[in-house]
Amino acid sequence: MQALVIVAHGSHLNPDSSTPTFDHADTIRETGAFDEVREAFWKEEPHFREVLRTVESDEVYVVPLFISEGYFTEQVIPRELRLDGWDVSEWDSEDGVSATHASLEAGDVEKTIHYCGPVGTHDAMSDVIAERAESVTAGRDVDLSEDFGLAVVGHGTERNENSAKAIYYHADRIRERGRFDEVQAVFMDEDPEVDDVTEFFETEDIVVVPLFIADGFHTQEDIPEDMGLTDDYRTGYDIPAEVDGHRIWYSGAVGTEALMADVVLERAVDAGAEVGDAVERVRKATRADRADSSAAGD
Amino acid sequence: MTVNATQFDALLSAIESDGEVAHDGLRAGIDNDADGSDYYIETPDEHREGLSESELRDAAASASAHVTNWYYWERVIDAGDEAREEFLHWVERADEHPVAERYDALDDGVERTWGELSIRTTIDEDGLRRYTVTHVDDAHADPSTLDVHRDPLDARELFKTDDDGRYRPLRTAPTLPTGWAFPDLDGHDLVRMVDFTYPATVQNWQREREGRLDVTHWRETAERQTGIYDVLDELDADAVDWIAEACCDDSQCLRRREWEFDEDHELAADGGTGTFPCREPCSLVVAAARKWTTLEDETERTYQLDLTLSELRQIEEIIDAVAEGRTDEIREADVYDGANRYRARYLRAKRFDEEGQFDVTEVDHHDGHDDHED
Repeated sequence: MQALVIVAHGSHLNPDSSTPTFDHADTIRETGAFDEVREAFWKEEPHFREVLRTVESDEVYVVPLFISEGYFTEQVIPRELRLDGWDVSEWDSEDGVSATHASLEAGDVEKTIHYCGPVGTHDAMSDVIAERAESVTAGRDVDLSEDFGLAVVGHGTERNENSAKAIYYHADRIRERGRFDEVQAVFMDEDPEVDDVTEFFETEDIVVVPLFIADGFHTQEDIPEDMGLTDDYRTGYDIPAEVDGHRIWYSGAVGTEALMADVVLERAVDAGAEVGDAVERVRKATRADRADSSAAGD
Repeated sequence: MTVNATQFDALLSAIESDGEVAHDGLRAGIDNDADGSDYYIETPDEHREGLSESELRDAAASASAHVTNWYYWERVIDAGDEAREEFLHWVERADEHPVAERYDALDDGVERTWGELSIRTTIDEDGLRRYTVTHVDDAHADPSTLDVHRDPLDARELFKTDDDGRYRPLRTAPTLPTGWAFPDLDGHDLVRMVDFTYPATVQNWQREREGRLDVTHWRETAERQTGIYDVLDELDADAVDWIAEACCDDSQCLRRREWEFDEDHELAADGGTGTFPCREPCSLVVAAARKWTTLEDETERTYQLDLTLSELRQIEEIIDAVAEGRTDEIREADVYDGANRYRARYLRAKRFDEEGQFDVTEVDHHDGHDDHED
């Protein structure tokens, strides 16, 4: 038997923080590719500390629903899961964006744990960001290939250099594809700042996609206010909204995108999970979801 | 109760492959000394042997409770998960009553309480158990008044908030909403539903019953923390006692606290009476303890402020009302309760200064000490 455990941050204050985790788990659960699919959290239950005992399978694929390699993925999660012998060098990721997986035993259960790199640094995440940008403008009679800029927003922190690397990594990859006229990485807590997003673009239209897992204070309150979409998030804002002569198409947290389930599954497959044609089925299902949701927005 | 063809075939095939099956008072098998296939079957009430296959079939039919019971536990509830099996045994009080008595009770329905869940087990004509879960307060409610859920996964969203719509970050808080029912679950789905309601409680309860619950005491949990929680190991045992009294009381959490300050130092606070154990300070306790660590770092000082005795008592009443979550129950016009809103507003109007604080003077201990020495 094989289990998939999706580990995420969760929140003591915000009930919606766990929703994307549940949603992506449900999408994968429905494929039947895993005998068990379970969610676990740092701030909610089941906690990382106890989740492994709630699954029966001997082979457990643990995928962190986190954006970057860093404090949580390198220290907190392996420690709380009691992954014996874990050392960050097991991930063999010197550049901070190349973690794949490591297989270890956990201290409180007799199971093999395949501990995967975070979803945020997986190559497939670039596709999700680009798709997200498309879904925001879909059905609005605009052409993304014409004079559109893309801003990928990260949290950024001076405490961990890997935090920004994931953002730059995907911004670079998307830029190389030429799908957007300009692509720029911006941050909440370091330069270049999201507050000045319009200064970094020549294009009139800018799609802004925050590389965050869940919608919460940052994506729903801070970022819209910082960018000048609104003075007060409670009064809402338009999509697109006019700011300094640009049109800002704000997407909200990319982690809520249905396609994220695809990235979770890819992580587990990269670590050796046998899932048959589940990857194709998840892609089909999540793209269908997206088509439905953009149609609903018309 | 009947033994259906599938069940009898399963029994026969188990006998053929293992020679004998034995479960819960039932023994059935092949007599190896006999020529051909001579079967025997035994229950606490009856022993029959030298049976042909068709006689075994008749005998199994007359021992239907034992045979269907064997089938349920050996073939429906697979033994791969010991916690699930043990929990389902507990749910129908299998340890307390022999099969015949248990079947009589299951005909009427056997009720068990798990936290705030009421689990009612019944049995159908094939001996398969069906489980209905409601809030304990709804255990005898008219089923048509409850919202019916079939998918155990619904428990995740359904129990995120309490009856007042407030978020429940602690899944074992005694604030489970009411008004729903999960009728007619099978054994596997029952355990999943319980797991999504009170995660990991079945597994930890089972570990405790087997004497292998891995308790992690406060000190070890605190010393393991890093980042912003690195400070937790500075709290002394008194403060941890206050934390346990504040957070781990039955009124706040349905788990029974099994962790202490450390192996050699038990906390004075009561661990509670919950059915399922708490094996380690939870994330809410850890997060709150970080705040208390910084607060406990402050030095005590002596302040002087003017209050009447009734005002002093009123402050105690306000603290108590907030701590017990009683503020919503205090009637608008009940000015006899110190925590009444008008009483609190009056106290604030009278005693707070322009900055919204008590008008206090700090008594300078240091000078007093010097004066004394001089």
